[in-house]
Amino acid sequence: MTATISKGVGASLRRKEDARFLHGRGRYVGDIRPAGTLEVAFLRSPVAHARLLGVQKPTGLVFTAADLPEIRPIRANSTLPGFRASDQPALAVGKLRHVGEPIAACVAPTRAEAEDLAAACVLDYQALPVIADMLAARAPGAALIHEHWPDNAFLETRRDEDLTDLDAVAAAKVTRRLRTARQHMAPLEGRGVLAEWDPRLEQLVVTTAAQMPHVTKTGLAECLGLDEGQVRVVAPDVGGGFGYKGILLAEELVCAALAIRLGRPVRWLEDRLEQLTANANCREHFYEVTAWADAHGKLLGVEVDATVDAGAYSLYPFSACLEAAQIGSIFPGPYTLPRFRFRTVSACTNKPPILPYRGVARTGVCYAMETTLDALARQLGISAQAIRAANLVPPEAMPYRNLVGKVFDSGDYPEALRRAVAAVDVAAVRARQAAGEAVGFGLSVFCEQGAHGTSVYHGWGIPFVPGFEQAQARFTPDGVLELRVGLHSHGQGLETTLAQVAHEILGVDPARVRLVHGDTALTPYSTGTWGSRAMVMAGGAVAEACRQLGERALAIGAALLQTDRASVRLVAGQVVAGDAAVSLDQVARTWFRSPQNLPANVDRGGLEVTAGYRPDPDTGTHSYAAHAVVAKVCTETGMVTLEQYVIVEDGGVLVNPMIVDGQVLGGVAQGIGTALYEEMPFDSEAQPLAGTLADYLLPGATEVPDIRIEHMETPSPWTRFGQKGLGESGAIGPPGAIVNAINDALAPLGAELLDLPATPARVLAALAKAGRA
Amino acid sequence: MKPAPFTYARPADWPAALALLAEGARPVAGGQSLGPMLNLRLALPERVADLRHLPGYAGVSMQGETVRIGAGTTHAAIEDGVVPGRLGEILAGVARRIAYRPVRNRGTIGGSFAHADPAADWCAVLPALPGHAIALGPEGERRIPLAEFVLGVFETALRGDELLRAIELSALPPATHFGHWKFCRKPGEFSKATACVLATPGAAPTAVLAALDAAPLVIADASALLADPTAEAARLVATLALEDPWRAALARTALRHAAEAAR
Ligand SMILES: Cc1cc2nc3c(=O)[nH]c(=O)nc-3n(C[C@H](O)[C@H](O)[C@H](O)COP(=O)(O)OP(=O)(O)OC[C@H]3O[C@@H](n4cnc5c(N)ncnc54)[C@H](O)[C@@H]3O)c2cc1C
Repeated sequence: MTATISKGVGASLRRKEDARFLHGRGRYVGDIRPAGTLEVAFLRSPVAHARLLGVQKPTGLVFTAADLPEIRPIRANSTLPGFRASDQPALAVGKLRHVGEPIAACVAPTRAEAEDLAAACVLDYQALPVIADMLAARAPGAALIHEHWPDNAFLETRRDEDLTDLDAVAAAKVTRRLRTARQHMAPLEGRGVLAEWDPRLEQLVVTTAAQMPHVTKTGLAECLGLDEGQVRVVAPDVGGGFGYKGILLAEELVCAALAIRLGRPVRWLEDRLEQLTANANCREHFYEVTAWADAHGKLLGVEVDATVDAGAYSLYPFSACLEAAQIGSIFPGPYTLPRFRFRTVSACTNKPPILPYRGVARTGVCYAMETTLDALARQLGISAQAIRAANLVPPEAMPYRNLVGKVFDSGDYPEALRRAVAAVDVAAVRARQAAGEAVGFGLSVFCEQGAHGTSVYHGWGIPFVPGFEQAQARFTPDGVLELRVGLHSHGQGLETTLAQVAHEILGVDPARVRLVHGDTALTPYSTGTWGSRAMVMAGGAVAEACRQLGERALAIGAALLQTDRASVRLVAGQVVAGDAAVSLDQVARTWFRSPQNLPANVDRGGLEVTAGYRPDPDTGTHSYAAHAVVAKVCTETGMVTLEQYVIVEDGGVLVNPMIVDGQVLGGVAQGIGTALYEEMPFDSEAQPLAGTLADYLLPGATEVPDIRIEHMETPSPWTRFGQKGLGESGAIGPPGAIVNAINDALAPLGAELLDLPATPARVLAALAKAGRA
Repeated sequence: MKPAPFTYARPADWPAALALLAEGARPVAGGQSLGPMLNLRLALPERVADLRHLPGYAGVSMQGETVRIGAGTTHAAIEDGVVPGRLGEILAGVARRIAYRPVRNRGTIGGSFAHADPAADWCAVLPALPGHAIALGPEGERRIPLAEFVLGVFETALRGDELLRAIELSALPPATHFGHWKFCRKPGEFSKATACVLATPGAAPTAVLAALDAAPLVIADASALLADPTAEAARLVATLALEDPWRAALARTALRHAAEAAR
């Protein structure tokens, strides 16, 4: 610890944006309502699968697909071999493929009146057999959701390696069938869109709660037949993204088309009912895992057959196959797996189309791998720690390339495991168990690839490939540093952390740094905020732009100090030569307001730099963590109580440790939701059964225990400051660790839980199956 | 979701309220159940009559040993001790566990009882207490024993032309024992099993088992339950023939915990 209070990389600087948020002065789409705005309510499909025969419209402004032919379908294909394309119409055409699919836009001065219009529409449809379960999707004779396909699958991927010989040599073999529930992401702020047509600029301005404003702009232009200069996307404050807002929305297209048609601002604000019933769109996986190990717990091989319920359409830009196909490459996790066989299926069902939720497939993969490891350990009679220690990639192997070609940059995975175990009094848990208490200890260890770029994504062939991330750094005439980035902040605190990066390079006080983001008209193109990439990519780009800007400032400063470039340095926001100094404010004033004092050879680019950045290699950083949990199970009610929760996390160099803790805590709360609470039940007709948050339970303050976080800081050798992406990590580890703790508690009773969430009813059912309830 | 159009009336006195009711208006008290139903368009009244400004609608008065709680008294007021004595302590303990404070600030004891959600706390507790629901209709007041008020899921003994005006309860001696247990995974979740047991010196203990997706089970003499909570809870729940084994387990646990706390 140094005595001076740093504000640069590594400082737990208070968040600049919080003054606005904590005083209720954030500005979201719902706060923006220009005069004359019309509100939209969508008539949505009440059924999961049907032929749409017609819509009887009441008097008023009601638009169906036939009324808006200018909207082209959303197309998010992948070039992976065998991928089947599905066009997603903005408003249903011919068929209805999931409950909640938009059919018509009802437009009125108020939302209530728009809903009155929707209620007065009469739908004519012919019901079709419903594919409600991903495992039934490909059954012979199953109804086809996209009728030109041979069966209901977007994609199947495999790695064929014959593992049958392992039966003869393995000391232990387990097979588990595991299921994770369909969730909805539940950001505090729902989606929202305000579209306006600016006749002066002949430009569509779409204000939308988006994580990836530039990608949304590209998608809007493509689907509306506009050139990209005719579309401006503004993402104001966004109340949580998590992947839910990383998408081109049908609703955005419809509002945009209507704004152009009607010449009035048109707004749609999603409500919680729509969010729950039309957009429960993530996390539903099924795994059949077989694993073989030797007597020490060293894995000899793993076979996994994974199915992901990808829903009815392929969403833009991530496609329907990202989640399932990713399972093949991330299943080995942080372990040195010698042999591996997999098949993954992106099943098409009559459910809302899948979106990648914080952690994407990793949460399910970690759950499947970690519970399987514990099952092996139980069979071998070794500890959960021992089996993991036997398989984790050792630090001396870093950077490590695993058998499916993932490259891990740095870290000491076994040390994270040791620390997590040491932070819990496992002996005390064992003593309570011996006394007959249903209490258990559980672990999960995982790594999180973040900020992976071109080299990874070009292979997917989906609508976008991230390239060089760009940032602009420029001084205003009064010396304020303005940073412009194309990705967006929706809880990550980028207004603070990017200011810290700028401070690190230029010494400008973070209070004098303004971040301009969330507006495609003002910022360089970016694929946006997703994949734990912002701090690595925008952090690197801002650092580079500031470095170049600093060079230019130094040249001007040197001239003002009447010395040469070699004699000056940047110190604490000043250009310094020996005892003499000139502030960056003076440098800025000179460029803008006293150009007569500039040196003759001044860089004519001025005090404005756009720089691009991409780590090399760009295969991604790997942060990692070990989660350790003590859970108590009430065998009478099935209720699970989390008594202790410890995380040892290595996110490389932490730009702002306080913000990192916030990211981890928020992610863990979501992971606890996945583990214990969140589940959108569907009936056999694929009707969602939870319509309010009284039925769909989210963990709240009373359900999240105190969480202890310990940091390790192994720099990534590949990034600007050694930082790693870790925004998703908290949401990955909890289900594995929590269910392992539950299963540890239930093991003496012969019961084991396989499906998420571990609700009291499931716990009791597991006990009943073991004859113990 | 926004409600379908309706008109709003604010009757200034009880006859005006009853007149509105006769014209088909839907009463609203705290709006904590009706509000969501309106928003989800599950309730489509043409007119809503806001009861909150009726004289004496909220508040507590004592007449000898009888405590009269206006139907419009909020859960929060009860939580904060508006009802005196041992009875008040018991009611405050129940009120405290209803939802969250913002809901309790608006939700009312009368609204909750009249709504008769099987998972509601007052529907699980009031039937165990000695007292009456005071209904007001065109012919005046009618007294309905608390144990006979809730008839089914969202179904009460109130007639269509009646309003719930007050709850009258007998004050309880300081030595009264009371147990209340409910199963929610988080505050504000609908209870999956609620039970209470009231043991008043000199009277037969009473008990209620609720949140059964049916009318509460009122046990007029719970002596056996108090004597052997585990066995009697199992016997009582078995008679209900609940389909879901988990709910049955919760119901047994609720009765047992409530009985043990009331001993
Ligand atoms: C998030 C949330 C969590 C909740 N959690 C709980 C909980 O844990 N436990 C619990 O018990 N409750 C819970 N509730 C419900 C809450 O207690 C409500 O206050 C209660 O159900 C209804 O009371 P109200 O005064 O708001 O009635 P309103 O919503 O105004 O009315 C409810 C119904 O009763 C009728 N009505 C109202 N007053 C009268 C009257 N005087 N005469 C005749 N009919 C009348 C109305 O017409 C309507 O049909 C919760 C509610 C919310 C929103």
